[in-house]
Amino acid sequence: MSATPQPVEPTPPVPAGAPVLEVRGVTKSFGVLRVLNGIDLTLRQGEVLGLVGDNGAGKSTLVKILCGFHPPDAGEILLEGERVSFSSVEAARSAGIETVYQDLALIPQLPVYQNLFLGHELTRLGPLRLLNKSEMRKLTRQYLDDINVNVPSVDAEAEQLSGGQRQAVAVARAVRAASKILLLDEPLAAMGARESRLIIDLVKDLATSGRISIIVIDHNYAHLFELCDRLNVMQGGRITIDQEVHQTSIEELTELMVSSYRRQLAQASAGA
Amino acid sequence: MITIALFVYFAIRAGSSFTGELSLSSAAGYAGPIGAIAVGEVLLLVLAEIDLSAGQVFLFCPWVMYWMHQDGLPLVIAILIALLAVCLVGAINGLITVRLEVPSFVTTLAMNFILYGVVLVASNDLQGSPIPLSSGTDFISQLMGVWKWSEILWVLAITIVLSVLLTRSRFGVRIVATGGNLVGAAEAGVPIRRVKVWCFILCSFVAGLVGIVDAIKYGTLDPGNFGVDYILYAVGACVIGGTALTGGRGTVVGAFIGAILIGVLQDGLTVIGVSTNEFFIYVGVVIIIAMALNVQFDRIIARSRAR
Repeated sequence: MSATPQPVEPTPPVPAGAPVLEVRGVTKSFGVLRVLNGIDLTLRQGEVLGLVGDNGAGKSTLVKILCGFHPPDAGEILLEGERVSFSSVEAARSAGIETVYQDLALIPQLPVYQNLFLGHELTRLGPLRLLNKSEMRKLTRQYLDDINVNVPSVDAEAEQLSGGQRQAVAVARAVRAASKILLLDEPLAAMGARESRLIIDLVKDLATSGRISIIVIDHNYAHLFELCDRLNVMQGGRITIDQEVHQTSIEELTELMVSSYRRQLAQASAGA
Repeated sequence: MITIALFVYFAIRAGSSFTGELSLSSAAGYAGPIGAIAVGEVLLLVLAEIDLSAGQVFLFCPWVMYWMHQDGLPLVIAILIALLAVCLVGAINGLITVRLEVPSFVTTLAMNFILYGVVLVASNDLQGSPIPLSSGTDFISQLMGVWKWSEILWVLAITIVLSVLLTRSRFGVRIVATGGNLVGAAEAGVPIRRVKVWCFILCSFVAGLVGIVDAIKYGTLDPGNFGVDYILYAVGACVIGGTALTGGRGTVVGAFIGAILIGVLQDGLTVIGVSTNEFFIYVGVVIIIAMALNVQFDRIIARSRAR
């Protein structure tokens, strides 16, 4: 809320490759339905981790726990080695975790620069909290340039942008606010090939800069292989496969998933 | 633009009898109450909410002042209590709407009846008179309503303040964000409920404040006046001024101009000898034309941008 803009490149508090987020044994049930069945997951500093799995595997529930929307039933979450429990989305946000939701979070009637600063507006002194529009415009131009996001004008209303540009601005806003972790829940849903390209490039650039670690949920393996450093497969509320992207292929991963699925079925019938 | 065109039309048709001071001030007299309610109402319409009780608040506030003053309180205290009372009404409207999730259309419709009933019961159906200050000639009395231009100038001043608030302040961004995309605004950290409650308070406060000025101007209070008459004109003024009832769009200045237009229409038609009964037909037609123009204009802009 203060008038000082955030520094563009904070020094990473954790060396590259060290775990920034650790999830241990997290479970979550809704009524009798056990959605998460002991999740173990590690996100390393500066990496892009992809979460894949069928509908109902628990991906979105996991993201909603990480962003503070749901509390876990059991298990623990460590952020930079310290145990955290978020009581709200606000709490997760102030700890440095931002989320871009499936539904676009921009305000159609507000210009790009006001969308980018929404919730963090720059204001002049005084009781009315008048906006410092020129400064916000300037910083928005700089910032969008920095991360290679093109919009017709920072004064264009969000309504006038293409779906890809809107998503790019939404990601840009989250990245600007997130100091540690960015959660992207199907950022490419309902997006054409060219617009998907825009977002993939944006996320890859952000990851390369090393200042933020990212978790992405998506259904498209081609996108995920291009975007991510590592993939975690969720099946039946557990993480069953953890593979570095450069050590595997779509074919191999699919085979692994099928055999893991068979194993689960066999265990289930043996247990029954 | 329509307002200016209409103004010129009446000026030509009626000549000096319309542009004469008496007639212009009576146009302002029609526009004052409508404008006072419209410029606060616009904030709620941008939020995709509505306050149907603002007209009754406009009538209720001077009654509170009158009762308090009758009970022997100094006038300044009586006015402050009256303003506090209408802020409380706004807060109740807002809290019922956001906490109990009763649609504001219903909350404020009910509040309108409650306030009307309170005035009827407490006044014993008798007129309130004399209103303090209303026969004064000093500066304060003139400022508070005796001077025939004072009410419209109050509304103009409030229009400027609210317009700056809506277009240039952080609170204004939050109003547009809440009305434009409720979920998105909440996800971005906008305190949507607090924003709504404050706008209900602000709308009530503005209506009540000018309500006091209006009462001093006329010198008597009639318990039979019904606020819904005002609110319908006020919403009409907002619509003429380009406010979308779907939320996210609207300007305070537009609402003010809409109110002036209705005032000019009412007065101008009287001056050129059209019966007041026909006035309603004209108001209806103007509202439809204004809304249709707004929607079509938006569509044309959207199409040209899409290319």
